[in-house]
Amino acid sequence: MDQPLLEVRNLKVSFRTEDGVVKAVGGVSFTLSEGETLGIVGESGSGKSVTMMSVMRLIFDPNARFEGEVIYKGKDLMTLSRDQMRKIRGSEIAMIFQDPMTSLNPVYRVGWQISEQIREHEQISKRAAHGRAIELLGAVGIPHPRERVDDYPHHFSGGMRQRVMIAMALSCSPDLLIADEPTTALDVTIQAQILNLIKKLKDDFGSAVILITHDMGVVADIADRVAVMYAGRVVEQGTKRDLFYDAQHPYTWGLLGSIARLDRPRPRRLTAIQGLPPSLITLPGGCAFGPRCPHRWEKCDEVPELTDKVGGGHLDACHLSPGQKRDRRETAIHPELSEESA
Amino acid sequence: MLTFIIRRVLWTLLVMFAITLLVFVIFFKTPGVDPARQIAGRNPSPQVMQEIRHQFGLDRPFPVQYALMMKKIFVTRDLVSYSNQGERVVPEIAAATPATLSLVFGAAVIWVVVAIGMGVAAAVLKGTVLDPLLMIVALIGISIPVFWLGEVVNLITQSRYHDTFLFSWIPPLGYTPFSQNPLLWFQGLVMPWITLSVLYIGFYARVLRASLLEIQNEDYIRTARAKGLSERRVLLRHTLRNSMITFVSLFGLDFGVLVGGGALLTEIVFGIHGVGFLTYQSLTNLDLPVIMATVIYGAFFIVLANALVDIAYARLDPRVRLA
Repeated sequence: MDQPLLEVRNLKVSFRTEDGVVKAVGGVSFTLSEGETLGIVGESGSGKSVTMMSVMRLIFDPNARFEGEVIYKGKDLMTLSRDQMRKIRGSEIAMIFQDPMTSLNPVYRVGWQISEQIREHEQISKRAAHGRAIELLGAVGIPHPRERVDDYPHHFSGGMRQRVMIAMALSCSPDLLIADEPTTALDVTIQAQILNLIKKLKDDFGSAVILITHDMGVVADIADRVAVMYAGRVVEQGTKRDLFYDAQHPYTWGLLGSIARLDRPRPRRLTAIQGLPPSLITLPGGCAFGPRCPHRWEKCDEVPELTDKVGGGHLDACHLSPGQKRDRRETAIHPELSEESA
Repeated sequence: MLTFIIRRVLWTLLVMFAITLLVFVIFFKTPGVDPARQIAGRNPSPQVMQEIRHQFGLDRPFPVQYALMMKKIFVTRDLVSYSNQGERVVPEIAAATPATLSLVFGAAVIWVVVAIGMGVAAAVLKGTVLDPLLMIVALIGISIPVFWLGEVVNLITQSRYHDTFLFSWIPPLGYTPFSQNPLLWFQGLVMPWITLSVLYIGFYARVLRASLLEIQNEDYIRTARAKGLSERRVLLRHTLRNSMITFVSLFGLDFGVLVGGGALLTEIVFGIHGVGFLTYQSLTNLDLPVIMATVIYGAFFIVLANALVDIAYARLDPRVRLA
């Protein structure tokens, strides 16, 4: 594939507020090939949602400022007119959101809401659209879709509503599906079902998926490639294997260390990353993670570039050399191992 | 649905019973109020007073008097006014109703249309100078007392500028029934309609704007945008549609109050002999039969409006419908 489906180049998003300019996204770049699944992880406020909302051009705040390029199939979405963008939204790029309880309009039947989207983008009769809605509800695993299509959102449970949202997002067979923490608001058992559904439908519909999450387990389950975000920047990016078995950035180590593992000796406590994320108004000079990083040294006063240091398209933004990192990583992720050997 | 209707009817009866009883008690227990004296006119002899008391049943026990009055209103419909004995109360209210309905319906159409226009415009134009400007206009509308506005309107249209081409088409104060002359009916009501609706336009525009802005931040509006719908469709079919739930519930109640006699000030200023006018007159004369009848009429419309609001609410918001 010579041209990626989506290429984000140095995207910056800032909001003017009373307290100052919030640099929510400070230069994010990544690419996504057709049919690929990219997981974007990071804690709350790391800019993952804002990044994807900006790609969809769904931020209407007059105080928001955007810079950079979002190249989708060779077109820069940031320069499209509102109307051109609207035609892409929902038909070529679809999005599902975090809270299915509030993401559907309470006053319309779910079938109507799905066919509304189909009819917005395709010349199709009301009846045909309604038929498609029934098919889609069946495809996302809602029992008795023929009857449920005329139910209102409040007749559905949270997991079922998220299925409706997925059916709606897939209604025009989009090339790219953006899922913004689709399982965060759901029970753990339902989470697995929804993830499996996204995995299955992604293959059936041939869509690429960008999955925003703060759950490393979700990423491990579904993503081909992973980007880790911190304070509005990507700090590490690579294949799932790269990330889980050869993590390069100390922040990623922190994330991995905070996962409860069943296949290792049980630590006395899970390690947490010390400190708090920086204010996005007054970002620290140099590496944004520096103030919390146990491996900080003189070089960290300079802003690190996101570059390929280990090879194979595995990018990271850390001043340590791969060799230095290898020495520190194991104890950083699994401090209990060093305790045992001591 | 049937249980709903039955419950509503029983509720209406209960409310009307309570209100009439209350009015009756207040009237008879108010110091210095003696119905017989009103009926008798100036300086009656004790014999005449005695006779009147007997004739009107005022010497009977209190509950019997109440029952008698209810009977005269609902069954025989021959209740007469205390201050003007040629006046039959029930037909008089029936005659006054069309005037009130005409006034309130017309004003309601104006206020709903203009308030939606202003509210939507203000919400869409938020961030520009026009939004606060519209809201200040709305606030002024709320603040102007209706009797003052009515008098000013009359001063302009009936007196100072009546002879100019602007207002020469406006007929003298008063109400012409629709059946008599539709054009005159309309011409005579234009100014009262506008006057009555100003307050409600201001109030409803503000309420609608606030509701639209609140709903604009809902997750499902973001979903609607993510679906690729046009801004116009998002606004009308999603945002405004949900705002209508609040809007319609408020509207029903205000409408009921106005039909029930709440348009009194407008009716008086413009000389429209509607139910409000009648209420006003009966209150100034302490004319119990008329007060009683207008109170029953008002209570009936308010309870009816409440029931209609509940039905409309269920139509607008599927979440409150019974399964």
